[in-house]
Amino acid sequence: MLAFLVQRISQAFLVMFVISVIAFAIQDGLGDPLQEMVGMSVSEEEREAIREELGLNDPMVVQYLRFAGNALQGDLGNSYFYSKPTLEVIAEHLPATLELVIGASLIIVFLSVPIGVYAAIRPQAWLSKFFMGVSTVGISIPVFLTAIVLIQLFSIGVTVNWFPSDTGWGQWLNDFFSTEGGLPSYGRGDELTHLFATWESGFFTGTGLMHLILPSVSLASIMLPLFIRLIRAEMMEVLQSDYVRYARAKGLSAGRINFLHALKNTMLPVITVGGVQIGIMVAYTILTETVFQWPGVGLMFLEAITRSDIPLIVAYLMVVGLIFVVTNTLVDLIYGLVNPTVKLTGKKA
Amino acid sequence: MTTATVSRWYRFRESFFWYSFKRDKVAIVSFAVLLLMVLAAVFAPLLAPADPYDLAQINIMNSELPPVGMSGADPAFPLGTDAQGRDLLSTILYGTRVSLMIGFGAVVLQAFLGILFGLLAGYLGGKVDAVLMRIADVQLSFSTLMVAIIVGAVFKASFGNLMFGEIAIYMLIFIIGVAEWPQIARTVRASVLAEKKKEYVDAAKVMGFGTRRIMFRHILPNTLSPIFVIATVQIANAIISEAALSFLGLGMPETQPSLGSLIKSGFDYIQGGSWWITLIPGLVLVVLVLVINLLGDWLRDVMNPRLYKG
Repeated sequence: MLAFLVQRISQAFLVMFVISVIAFAIQDGLGDPLQEMVGMSVSEEEREAIREELGLNDPMVVQYLRFAGNALQGDLGNSYFYSKPTLEVIAEHLPATLELVIGASLIIVFLSVPIGVYAAIRPQAWLSKFFMGVSTVGISIPVFLTAIVLIQLFSIGVTVNWFPSDTGWGQWLNDFFSTEGGLPSYGRGDELTHLFATWESGFFTGTGLMHLILPSVSLASIMLPLFIRLIRAEMMEVLQSDYVRYARAKGLSAGRINFLHALKNTMLPVITVGGVQIGIMVAYTILTETVFQWPGVGLMFLEAITRSDIPLIVAYLMVVGLIFVVTNTLVDLIYGLVNPTVKLTGKKA
Repeated sequence: MTTATVSRWYRFRESFFWYSFKRDKVAIVSFAVLLLMVLAAVFAPLLAPADPYDLAQINIMNSELPPVGMSGADPAFPLGTDAQGRDLLSTILYGTRVSLMIGFGAVVLQAFLGILFGLLAGYLGGKVDAVLMRIADVQLSFSTLMVAIIVGAVFKASFGNLMFGEIAIYMLIFIIGVAEWPQIARTVRASVLAEKKKEYVDAAKVMGFGTRRIMFRHILPNTLSPIFVIATVQIANAIISEAALSFLGLGMPETQPSLGSLIKSGFDYIQGGSWWITLIPGLVLVVLVLVINLLGDWLRDVMNPRLYKG
């Protein structure tokens, strides 16, 4: 176990090192700090002097070490646009993204477990087939398109007049297919509760929660089909196993077998895969936040790209890289603790 | 020569592949829809009523006309027009063409990288395997979309908007191809590991064939069917990735739109009630991706030897 721990953690450090090299290369290749600092009128000699003073003429390795040293002390430079430390800017935007991810995760957990379990217990029921069909279609719909459709349906609203409205039935059908709209689709609302530090929460006010609905449903929609399929597949495998057959032979009730014995062993792989998927969600938050103008780190990153705010881009890469590496390492370690056979594959690779 | 072709056709007609295709309604419908869309995209210049790249044909007065069937529609524009007054049907035909080109190109690139690295990792093993698969693991753990967004962002920042717009197609093929090679490399490696142990490889080694010859002439042909399955699904993924990048403004410019950039440009007008500019290309994208995914599912069922024998 110790060997596995050491190997996994040293690998995490190696990956973080590679990420920092890439981030440094981007900063070095794209950003010319001089251009941001001085005007046109500064002569070439003066520029050279400033370069020397800033250490831009030092060898690459020295520059990288300085960059890495500063990064370790929590200094990733100042954002050009916000003119304050990049990490501070990220800290201001991170709570919005985290709340979005939390909202989406809640939806995923509370929908995927019952649906997945149901589809595994009754694979032939029409409702299971319906859910599986919907999840196949769901995988093919890009997250930004789901978001746009949701905005059209529940924010703008759709009025349908496919049926003749002079009959009672036609009017009823028209009303049935029309949607109200009215849900907010822009930003987080203006009533946020201050929790601590830079965390402004939308979880505690009505408008804050209303603003959360559409973005978190959109974000959840991309992961939900994956989780339903995963839970169904794992559960079906568990239901085939000997101990479940034994429990049936013993005469335990179906509910007890399914929910107490089978579900427990189903959730183990699901939780580890889930850990990795939540890291991957970060990529999808960029898309979701763009559609809903959600003031989180994803939108901040995209704006940084259009503004060529190199230090902020680099800081975002480092922070997101760190989040990925930490979640992946933790998931691997937890899995290694729970399921010791994984150590063998860990050694081989 | 002729006997060879006849017997090949005969073999195809009698094959399990063709047999299961004929019996699977979903596969037939998906294939028909895909074929229709590919043909429509390939012959877009002949089929489209207008040329969306030709600025002279665009009249701003025609902007945001609704599709036929709604009040205020103009029969000259069956699916309506976008905010610049371009015929939506034509832009969608051309856009599907761009999306398919990028999807296909990206998969060719990632298949090349994936097969090469997968073969090397699986056959040579040892350090080569460890290094290549670690890189693949790390890249996958970041999710391919994230890698593509970051590479796209860096390219865009270093080339500038104008330059990036001109070479966007090649950039996107490169970005998506490089971001997604690990998927194919892993599949190839897994089947190479299984093939490597078989007797024909030992026989080839005993005969003194070189490593390269054994890898590419003997092992590779036996790993083709899983590559085929995953490549199909990867085309759908590449099309989605392209649409996502274009939607973020890191892909095709509006002057030369793909389905993703059409959706993006239409999104700005959805609050004004012009839903068709964004939702019709969106529907085309979903149908395209869905039929490719369904075909991929069917291919996997047919080519998976476990299911085949069972």
